[in-house]
This record gives sequence, C-alpha cells and structure tokens, in this order.
Amino acid sequence: MPLLEISDLKKSYRTPEGETQSVLNIPSFTLETGQQRVLRGTSGTGKTTLLNCIAGILSPTSGIVRLDGRDLASASEPQRDALRARCIGYIFQTFNLLQGYTCMENVLLGMSFGRGPDTDAARGLLDRVGLSHRLHHRPGQLSVGQQQRVAVARALANQPLLVLADEPTGNLDPHNAREALQLIREVCEESSAALLMVSHDPMVLDQFEDCQDLAELNHAAQEVAA
Amino acid sequence: MTWWMIIRNSLRQHALSTIITATSIGLGCGLLMAVWVVNFQSQRAFRNVTGGFDAILGPRGSQTQLVLNSLFHMDASPGLINRADYETFRKSYKRFYRNAVPIAVGDNFQGYRIVGTTHDLFAAEHSPGEPYALAVGDYFIRNDKQWNKEAVIGDTVARKLGWRVNQKFNPYHGLNFAEGQQPHKDEYTVVGILRPTGTPADKVIWIPIEGLQQMDGHDAQYAGDVSAVLIQLSTNTTARAFGMNSLDSIYNKGTDHLTFVKSTADVVARLFDRLGWAEKVLRWVALLVAVVAAGSVLASIYNTMNERRREFAILRALGAGRGTVFGVIVLESATIAALGAVIGFAVYAGIMAAAESILRNEIGVTLHPFEQHPVMIIVPVGLIVLGAVVGIIPALKAYRTDVAENLIPQS
Repeated sequence: MPLLEISDLKKSYRTPEGETQSVLNIPSFTLETGQQRVLRGTSGTGKTTLLNCIAGILSPTSGIVRLDGRDLASASEPQRDALRARCIGYIFQTFNLLQGYTCMENVLLGMSFGRGPDTDAARGLLDRVGLSHRLHHRPGQLSVGQQQRVAVARALANQPLLVLADEPTGNLDPHNAREALQLIREVCEESSAALLMVSHDPMVLDQFEDCQDLAELNHAAQEVAA
Repeated sequence: MTWWMIIRNSLRQHALSTIITATSIGLGCGLLMAVWVVNFQSQRAFRNVTGGFDAILGPRGSQTQLVLNSLFHMDASPGLINRADYETFRKSYKRFYRNAVPIAVGDNFQGYRIVGTTHDLFAAEHSPGEPYALAVGDYFIRNDKQWNKEAVIGDTVARKLGWRVNQKFNPYHGLNFAEGQQPHKDEYTVVGILRPTGTPADKVIWIPIEGLQQMDGHDAQYAGDVSAVLIQLSTNTTARAFGMNSLDSIYNKGTDHLTFVKSTADVVARLFDRLGWAEKVLRWVALLVAVVAAGSVLASIYNTMNERRREFAILRALGAGRGTVFGVIVLESATIAALGAVIGFAVYAGIMAAAESILRNEIGVTLHPFEQHPVMIIVPVGLIVLGAVVGIIPALKAYRTDVAENLIPQS
C-alpha cells in the first residue's frame, strides 16, 4: 500500500464575483514509503494548495487523500491536526520560523504537538544540520541558509513519515540552495521519510530522478492553460 | 511546557505592554485589597478602642465629639463636668456601674495630648482581653509628695519624642501645639512607658488627674472639674440595661448641661455609617480601576493579534489544534493578570504601610497589613479569572485564524 494515495482530488474556491474557480483536479497520485519525488510547477499550478491538502491544512472539495491508510479528506479538523503533527513535516519557502523563539525552541515546538518535546533529540537534529553552535540563537541572528537548516530540523522533529517541501530553495542563493537540497534529501533518507517537493527551480529538478510535471498531473491547471 | 514556552515568548516579545498592563492590574488589585482591609481593620480597631468602657458621661454636646475626645483623644473637648456633678455621679449612682474613671484634658506636649486620669484607667483593658502593661518604669507613685508631677507615656510618644524614664518636660496649654507658645512652669517627670497597645492611648501622656487640675496656670476655680467620666457598666445583662437606661434618663432627659453616651460602640458604629459613603466611593473607584485594568489586558492582547496571525498559522501548521491556540491566549491573558496580582501585593503593601503610618501617627490605631483576610485571596483570584475571561475575545480571533492564508508572509 502506498504511503500517500490521492484519487479524484478536487479543490475549488469561490471568487469574489461568486464564481467557482477550480484549483486542483488530480485524478490519481501515489507516493511510496521513503520515496523522494519532485513536482515541477510554475506559479499558479496549485503547488501550495496541493501540499496544504496533503498536510490537512486545507480541506479538499472532494476526493480522497489517504496518508498511511487514513483518509485526510474525510477526517475532522482535530484529526487532521493530530495526523499532521505525528506524520508530516513541512518545509516552507519562507521557512516560517517563529521569530521570537531560539533555534532549539523552534525545533521543540515542532515536536510539541506530536511525540512531545525532547531536548536531547532537538539538540541532535540541530547538530545533524550543522547548527550545534547556534542552539540559542534566534532566526534573526542567523543567515538565510542557517534559517532553512533550522526549518529542516523542525520538519524532521517528529520523525515524520512524509516531508512536504514547498519551494524550499526559493529564497536561497545557488550555493545555499544546493546545500539545503542535499541536506533535505539526506536527512529524509536517514529517517526513512518520504519526500514530496514542489519547485520550479531547474537546479532542484535536475537533482531528482523522480520528477513529475504538476501541470500534467493537475487537470485544473490544464483547463486554465487551455 | 509548550504552552508556557509560547506564553513566555509572547510576554517577552511584548514586554513593555505586558509590564504596563500588569502594573495597571496590580494597581487595581492593590487598591481593592487595601480599601477592604483598611476599612475592615480600622472599623475593628475603632470598635476595640472603647477599651471596655461602655458609656461616657460628659458635658452637654455631641455624643460623637464626646467619644472622639474621651476615647480617641482627638477633636476638641466639649467642655467640663463641674465638681458637684461629678461627685453626685460618683456617690449617688454607684449602683449603676462597676467602674468609673475620670479624665481631664486641656494640655499637650508638642501635639501629644496630656490626659489627667487615675490608676483605675490602667486597671481596665485597652482592647478586649488586653490590659495595659508597662514596658519600663512604673505607674504614678502615690506615696511621694511630688506624685502629681509624674507621667506615664504611650509607646508612640516615647518613640517619636525619644523619651525615656526620668525625662522631664513642661506641658503646653491647649490641645494643639503652637510654635512660640510658652509652656507651663510646672515640670513633669516620666516614670513609666506603656507597652504598645495599637490604640490611641499610645500617643497620650498620662498624668495624675490632680496634676492636670492643679497645673500652674490653670484656674483654681475649676480644679475639681473633669472633662469626662469613662464608665464600665455591669456585666450582668439585666443590670447593664437597667443602668444604661437609668443614667440615660437621669442625664439626657433630666439635665440640660450633661450628656450620657449609653453605648460607645453604637456611637462608633454610627460614625462609620456616616463615613460609609467615602468608603463606598473608594471601593467603587478601586473596582473601576480593576475593570479598566482588565480592559487593558483585553486591548493589549487584542492589539497583538494581527501581528501574531502568522505565529498562530505556523503553530497550526506544526499540528497545534484550534483549541490549543485558543487556550494559549486565554492562559496568556490570565498570566498577565496573575503578574498583576503579584504586583498588586506590592501595591497593597505600599498602601498599607502608608495607611498604617498615618493612622498610627494621627489616631494611634495600628493596622496589621499582613493579617490574613479573605479579600487577599478573592481579589487576586477574581482578577485572574477576569483576565482569563477577557482573554476569550482575542482567543476567539486566534481560534479563527486561517492557516493557509496566514502562512504566507504579509508584506
């Protein structure tokens, strides 16, 4: 059984004019345990919406999003929150670190709603991403590359089954982007977490053997293009 | 742990508004507690000051003035009871009372009232169950030819004037001290210092009544007159009521120049009833301050909600439920109120120290700031609950935060 299974996933919004705008229409998509895949997508192809539906942040209009055998689409919001906390790590383009918190606290917060805060494990993760000397620094005191490392450590804090990465290198220079990408892939591999990344950066796309075009996958994007 | 980490970080990030809000809560909390405790303890102290004297006989005039002058050693003296009236009371109506102590006033030393009395006063209790006791020295010495030139002083007088036994002084005429005034020629010697009583007696210089009546400069014509007679009625309820009503009829209805206060406790109670409006105003002001402070907690947290939307969205993306975010805000609001309550105890201590000092120096009544009173639990806990309740409004805003929309940085 695949780790992630999507079938007939549809997501639409109502526009201010009262019309229904379809953003996602994915008939079928799967991801196996430990698999690493990148979805190529330009702006407006529904990248973030797809990841948010998989993470349970957004509720699909219809369809099935099954993660580790449980259907997120039909789950209640508290159930989705709990599943997200336990099974999903999320890396954002803008890192989304909490500015008033230290690196250690950011990682501890990543654990708090899942398996619970564990200072030793948080220290180990920050050590793994090369930030053992920055445990008590706040995001504002770090370079953007270091901030992304903290975000990676936080995403892995709960030993997730699936890591979602939304343009994780979008805010980094080519050198830092390459390093961040390598780090994300390595730590996911080490922790046996599957990785689903969305990006339009050719450098990122070149690094993955398993690359799929989101525009082909998402019929809604095709309809818009047509 | 997680909730406290979020709350601690938020309070730290908004340290200035947290401090200002907690301080305003603290002011309300301290004021409320102080108003309640000062009112309660001062009423209790004033009622205790009757010192076991149930009734007072004095010249015709206001009963309140008579009580204030005779027991609280404040306000002007309403006049004198002449020797004949005093002797009549002592000899003819002895069956109505078990103890009667004459006092005479009219002199001071640097504002501390000199009161002439007899040994019988010290045999009475200054407060229920607490007799007068000497810290050092002795009471007036009876068998010395100069005995009427001796003084026993209260604790406040000893402390404020730095007097010890054998200190000599010349009284000044009148109840209030005036700079440049010439003292009486008679010199008095301190022979004893009383232990603190926590009553107006602490700020009195007691001398034998003859010593005051016969003081140099006092008119010999009035040497046998007294200012008032402090009376202890019978302990037997029936005899007490009979004595009280009999003396009331004899003096209040049967004479036109004497007043009989048949219940000092009733007069004190009436006095507090008359002052009740001031206490009520203070209580409402304190309550208003507390409510405004609670409103400031609401405003302070509510105003941060917009800038914190992304924080809540990130927390939600990490798996925090809506309930968690809601609870964190309610608890944060309660925490600010709790900090305010802690500050409130400091404010309370400050107000009580000032009130205690003023009441002790001006009236002689002692307050006990650290004596336990239910209001010291009810007010802080009430404010913490109020803080949590007002936190519900911003908490609802946090509860409704749209995660996907707010994960994107707002420019």
